[in-house]
This record gives sequence, C-alpha cells and structure tokens, in this order.
Amino acid sequence: MPINYYIITAIALFCIGITGVLTRRNAIIIFMCIEIMLNAVNLLLVAFSKMFHMAYLANPAKAVTSGIDGQLFVFFIMVVAAAEVSVGLAIIVMMYRNTHSVDVNFLNRLKN
Amino acid sequence: MNLIYLVPLFPLVGFLLNGLCRNYLNKSLVGIIGSGSILASFIVSLIVFFDVKAGHTGVVSYFEFINLGKFAIPFAFQVDQLSSLFLLIITGVGFLIHLYSTSYMHEEESQHFARYFAYLNLFVFSMLLLVLGANYVIMFIGWEGVGLCSYLLIGYWFKSIPYTNAANKAFIMNRIGDLGFLIAIFWIISKVGSVNYTDVFSSLNKFSTTDLVVITLLLFVGATGKSAQIPLYTWLPDAMAGPTPVSALIHAATMVTAGIYMIARSNILYSHAHVTMHIVAVIGLATAVFAATIALKQNDIKKVLAYSTVSQLGYMFLALGVGAYTGAVFHVMTHAFFKALLFLGSGSVIHAMGGEQDIRKMGGLGKYMPVTHITFLIGCLAIAGIPGFSGFFSKDEILAHTFSESPVMYCIGLFGALLTAFYMFRLYATTFKGSFRGTHDQEHHLHESPAAITIPLIILAVLAFAGGYVGIPEFIKPDAHALDNFLSPIFAESKKVLGNHPLEHNTEWMLTGISTLLIVIVVVTAWSKFAKKADVEDPQGFGKVLANKWYIDELYDAIIVKPVYGLGRFCNNVLEKLVDWIINGVGRSVQYGSRQLRLLQSGQVGSYVLFMIIGIVLFFVMQFFFKK
Amino acid sequence: MNISQILFWILTVLALGSALGVVLSKNPVYSVLCLIVTFFAISGHYILLNAQFLAIVNIIVYAGAIMVLFLFVIMLMNLNAEVEPQKSKILKFAGFIAGLCLFLVIVAAIKNAEAKTQAAQLAGGDIGLIKNLGTALFNDYVLPFEISSVLFLSAMVGAVVIGKKE
Repeated sequence: MPINYYIITAIALFCIGITGVLTRRNAIIIFMCIEIMLNAVNLLLVAFSKMFHMAYLANPAKAVTSGIDGQLFVFFIMVVAAAEVSVGLAIIVMMYRNTHSVDVNFLNRLKN
Repeated sequence: MNLIYLVPLFPLVGFLLNGLCRNYLNKSLVGIIGSGSILASFIVSLIVFFDVKAGHTGVVSYFEFINLGKFAIPFAFQVDQLSSLFLLIITGVGFLIHLYSTSYMHEEESQHFARYFAYLNLFVFSMLLLVLGANYVIMFIGWEGVGLCSYLLIGYWFKSIPYTNAANKAFIMNRIGDLGFLIAIFWIISKVGSVNYTDVFSSLNKFSTTDLVVITLLLFVGATGKSAQIPLYTWLPDAMAGPTPVSALIHAATMVTAGIYMIARSNILYSHAHVTMHIVAVIGLATAVFAATIALKQNDIKKVLAYSTVSQLGYMFLALGVGAYTGAVFHVMTHAFFKALLFLGSGSVIHAMGGEQDIRKMGGLGKYMPVTHITFLIGCLAIAGIPGFSGFFSKDEILAHTFSESPVMYCIGLFGALLTAFYMFRLYATTFKGSFRGTHDQEHHLHESPAAITIPLIILAVLAFAGGYVGIPEFIKPDAHALDNFLSPIFAESKKVLGNHPLEHNTEWMLTGISTLLIVIVVVTAWSKFAKKADVEDPQGFGKVLANKWYIDELYDAIIVKPVYGLGRFCNNVLEKLVDWIINGVGRSVQYGSRQLRLLQSGQVGSYVLFMIIGIVLFFVMQFFFKK
Repeated sequence: MNISQILFWILTVLALGSALGVVLSKNPVYSVLCLIVTFFAISGHYILLNAQFLAIVNIIVYAGAIMVLFLFVIMLMNLNAEVEPQKSKILKFAGFIAGLCLFLVIVAAIKNAEAKTQAAQLAGGDIGLIKNLGTALFNDYVLPFEISSVLFLSAMVGAVVIGKKE
C-alpha cells in the first residue's frame, strides 16, 4: 500500500482524537481521545519504519535492520503511555473524589 | 624625566588630603599642604625643565588608559619644551597664588578654607594633566577637570545666587566649546586611529585639506570656549564672582591659556589649514579690540582686568593665527606674570577696602598701600607695553608678525594695544591717584596687606618686569631670543610649512618706535586725565554702550536664552501634556484591552485546546500555503 | 486487490469507525469498548506491517492493561449516559469544525510531500520480530530502556501518592 494511505488514516485518527478532546467534557473520554491520538502517531511511526525498511532492502548494501528505530520509538511511546495513564487516572479518581464529577469544566481554578 | 609623574601627583595628594580631611585640619596645616604640594611640584618642574633643556625629551607612558582592540589610548605624558615651559608657569604662578590665598582667604571658616585649597589643588592637578598629556584624550581629561574646578571655584561662595549663576554660565559656555573639541577628537580618531600627538602629527597625509580645516576649526571652537574668545567670551567677566586669587590663577594665568596651549600643541595641523589660521587671527584680533573697548568703561576693578584678560587672550590667538607660535607662548608666559600680578594687586586693594570693588569709590590708595601700588604700576606698565617691561617684548613680537602678515591687522592690533594702555592707566590712576572717595570707615580701615600677600606681589612684579628678557627680539640683539631657541623643536615643522619672512630690521625699529611713542602718549594722557578727575559720573551715549558691554549679554539673552526658556515653557505646557496624554492613553488602552482579553482566559481546558488547534491550523496554513 | 489490501481497508474502516464511536457515544462504557476495538484494529495494522511484536504489546498493554484500567475507573465511578456532562451545541460545533479544519489542512499540506508515493509493503521484512527488536533495544537503546524503568517507578509512586486519601 502506498504510504499515503497510512498517513491519511493516521491523520484522520488524530483529528478524531482532537475533535473528541474539543467536544467532550468527560475527563475520562478526553483521556481516551488522547490515547487515540497517541495510537495514531504510533501507527504512522510503524508505517514509516516499514517504508524505510523496504527502501533499504532494495539497496543490498544497507543494513537489514534499518527502520527499526521507528518501531522502538513506538515501544517507548507505549511505555510512557502506560505510565501516563496510571498517573492520569489517579488524578481523575482524586478529582472525582473531591468534586463528585468528572466534568473538566469544574477544573477552572486557573481562571482565578 | 623619570620624575615627571611627581609633578601632577603632588597636587593630587594635596587635593585628597585637603578634600577628605577638611573637617579635621586646621587652617595653617591646610595652607601648608595646599601650598607645599604646589611648591614641591614646582621644584620637580624645575628639574624637569633643566632636564628638557639638556635635550631629554620624549613620551613617558604609564599604563593603557583605554584599550579597544587595535585602538589604544595610553596614559602617557609628553615631556618636551612646550609642556615643561607650561609646567613652570602653572606651578610657579600657582605656588605664588596659593601662598597669597593663605592670607587672602584667611577669614573663611576652616572647612571652607580647606575646600578652597582642595579645589585649587585639584585645579592645578587637572591643568598639569592637560599640559602633560601625550594625547588628546588625556588633554581632554585635564580640559574637563579645569572646567570643573573653574565652575567649583567661581561658585565657591555658593550661598549667593548670582555667583552660582555665574558658575553655571561659565560651565555651560565651556561645554559648548568642549563639544567642538570632542568632535575634533573623534574626527581625528576616525582618520588616524590614534590620538597620540606623535601619531597624529606624523600622519598628516591621512587628512584631506577639508579634514584639517574642519578639525582645526572644531579644536578652535573648544579653544574659544576655554579661552574666552568671541563668541563664547561672556562667561569670563562673570567668572570674577570667584575669589580674587582664583581669578588670578584660573581666569588669567593658566586655565584660559589652555586653548592657546592646545593650538600651539597642534600647530602643525593649523599650519596646514590656512583657512583656519585666518579665522583664528580674525577672531583673535576682533576679541582683542572688542574686549578692550568694553574695558574702557568698566568700573569694577576685577571686571576691567577680566576684559583685559579676554583682550590679551585675543592677542595670543592673533599670534597663533599669523603663525607666531612662539610669540603666543611668550605672551602666555608674560601675561601669566603681569595679569596674575594685577589680579593679586586688585585682590590686595579689595582686601584693604573691605570687599569694595568699585573703582569710583577708591582713589588715592597709593599712599596707604605702597607695595601694592608699586607692583600694580609695574603690572600696568608691563601690560601696556612700555619698553623694558615684559609685555613690550611679547606684544611687540606678535604685532611685528602681524605686520608681516597684513598691515591692516597690524593697525587694528596697535589700536587695541593703545586701548589697553588707556584703560589700564585709567584703572591705575583712578584707584591709586587722586583723593579717596570712599566712606570714612573705609579710609580708616585702609592698610597695607600682610607679607603673604605682598611677597607674591613682589616676586610677580620682578617676573613681570624681567620675564620679557627671555625673548629679546632679533633686531635688538641677534640670536638673543632664548625662548624661541628653546621652543624651536616644537614649531620647526610649522616654520618650514609657513615659511619665514622676517621684517627688515629698519621696519621693525620704526614700528616699535611708533607704537612705543603712541603708547607713551596714551599712558600719559590717561594718567593725567584720571589722576586729577576720576571718571565717576554715569557714562552717556557711546560710553553707555561700552559700559553695558555692547549689550552682548542682553543680545545672547534675547537670541539664545529667552528662546530656550520659551522652548522649555512650550515643552512643559504643551508637549508634556501631549506626551502625558499619549502615555496615559497607551496605559489606558492597554488596561482596557487586557480587561477584554482576560475574558478569553476562561480557565477551561477545552477552550485552551480549541485555541491551540486554531493556532496549529493557522500555522499550517501560513507555512504551506503562503510560503511561496 | 489481494487479501492484504482487503484487510487494510477493513482494518482502516474499523479503526476510524470505532474511534468515531469513542467520541460520539453517550455512554462512557461504550466508548471504552469502542476504543478497545480501535486498538485491535491498529494492532491488525501492525501485523500487516510485519510489526508482530508491537502488535502483541499493543494488545497486551493498551487493550489489556490500560483499557481495563479505564473500564475499572468508569465502573468505580458508576458513570453512565444520564450523568454524562454535555457541552453546549455551539462549542461542540466549533470543536468539530476545528478538528475538520485541522484534518483538511494537514492533508493538504501532506499532498506536496515527496514520500507519498513510496510503498509501505504489507508483507515481508523481519525487523518486527522479537529477536531483531530485542537486539536493537538492548544494544542501542539500553539507556532509554533503563530510564523508562525509573519512569515507571516514579509513575507508580505518583499514582499512589495522588490516589491516597488525605
């Protein structure tokens, strides 16, 4: 498949994630939309990794592992995402405990 | 030459001691420190002078004052014939005046007495720096230093408003000239890349003729400020507000000759700029005659001497303008002697009169104050140019050079010299001859001044008489002009450029004869006229114009001071309001705008994200669609 | 159109559709379920791209661990469609327009990119195998790997500290 398709798919996923962040007020849903955005980026990274790998395979002089960095980055993004989710959900739980709501509009302390 | 740093060091130490410890020292100690530092400096100057006379000249460099890559300004002293001569004048006359001051200022309070000597020492230090500096920047430091001290000393009695105004006037007038000097320095730097005299004078080919004319003119602007020439002379008569010894030291003998020193130092630049030479000569001559006419009708003893100083400085510039550099320096020297003498004599008179300065209330003082009388007379004879006295030799040299340049200028100059003789003997006769016109109390109080005053007078009188014999003109005795021989290395280059066209000895004899005859006639006329009947009634007609100094102060007031005040008022009333309005408007609009903008900050994360997205979209649009 | 292309289209439609479901569904539980579907679809994409290890990790970490956590939190809070807070219509519309604009703008920007015609072949290549990835990870990326363990530790501590009652 041409890389174009992957790119557009990833952009579409990303924009859906953004739209979700913009339109929803539920903190958990917003958080999930962020996960969608992260996954969109992951998908793109893997696709590019594959693309580069194919391009290098056509040239026998190049290393067979070229393009592997992209996949390792995806791996690290997952690692970080897991850590982020644990902390983020802890924050949401604490917020729920304090306000009995997950509405982000309650989180407007910045205003004052 | 190794000792040269001691010359300015002593007055500096004296200044620091007197200035910092003024509350703790008693008067006699202050006087000893003040005068002693100058005396030590004078002794070192003597050693330096004889060293230089033996042929040891050069530049002594101490440290880098400013170092900017390729451009460096060393803190260096120029030890040569010109500077060593000026050292002697400054420290010699300076010492006598310090000595005089210990008695003259004795009625001041102890700490003000110390302040006075601190200023005076600082002045001598600055003046020595000015003269010794081996580049224009060091000279400029001294130049500013003497200006500052002049300001401080004119305003010494700072409780009197007119005196502080006079100090301000002197300072501001000097600043106008200093600006010219400063621009000239920058111009030189931009052309040569150095301010050292040796570098500048040896790289004349780097200057175009226009450069030279502009630079020399700018330097001359500086000189007109410092040396009180037209049009910046009006501060000097007002500077008489300071104590009389200050007038003698700063406003007659030393500081005001700084301009002459500067031009004499830069003589090679001037010799290549004929236009400037002519301008200098014309301004000098005009000042000489102009100030002399004003002096005719002044009644304040110090004012007469002040205008006389302006006039004599004019002669010095005339000498510089016609290329008689030696003559100018010679006249600086003799003038320092006789004008210091006259000022100190007038100080002695004022002292005796209990502060009275109006000559219409004096008269007949000769019999009460014999020493002052005789020394003052010698000073008058010297300044008038009676043969045998120092003024005769120097003035004659200047006039002779002027004649070889232009007979018309010679006639005007001679006219000025006659005026000089007239007003000096008007002053002398009105003060010392006739009968006393003051109050009875004052007459009872009259006395000869103490020794600390009379000794400097006597020494200066001897110098005023004998000082001329270092410069016996060629036509009287060949090769007897010691000063010319001494200074010849300094002016040798300029002489080559300007050429030397000496007058016939017969012509010189004739000129000298005529001038002497006329001066003697004028002296006798003035003496006899004013000794019998003093010039006490208010002047009428043209005399009134002269008495009011040609209304020059009023003119300056009308064309410069008033408009400037008007501008100030305009700025205050209109511009400031406008600016206020604009500033406040900016503040108010920012306040209003921020109050409106603040509403954007809803504190809700969603809206922030929305704005972020809008920003990203705009960024993409700009980056990809409006790039090409 | 071979089998892998058909799979690509199916997975793409599935991923986008379920992602839309996450955003649009009123009930948070449905959102979570839709998100799980999205992750599975993306994992399928990874397999198609010969990134087998990442596909497995994606399922284990995201679909397995993270989504369970989400579900757990939602059920803990007893959220449902009735208590779901809603934004005003106009804000929703603005968010939708902004997302659409971003999509269009980025797509339009990508249009000029050079790489768009290059292929990301669906089958073939073995860099996605555990052996190759592991070699690279423990050779070139060993320091970030170790640092990520510190990150986990701090995240753990942070979660405990935040979640603790006063």
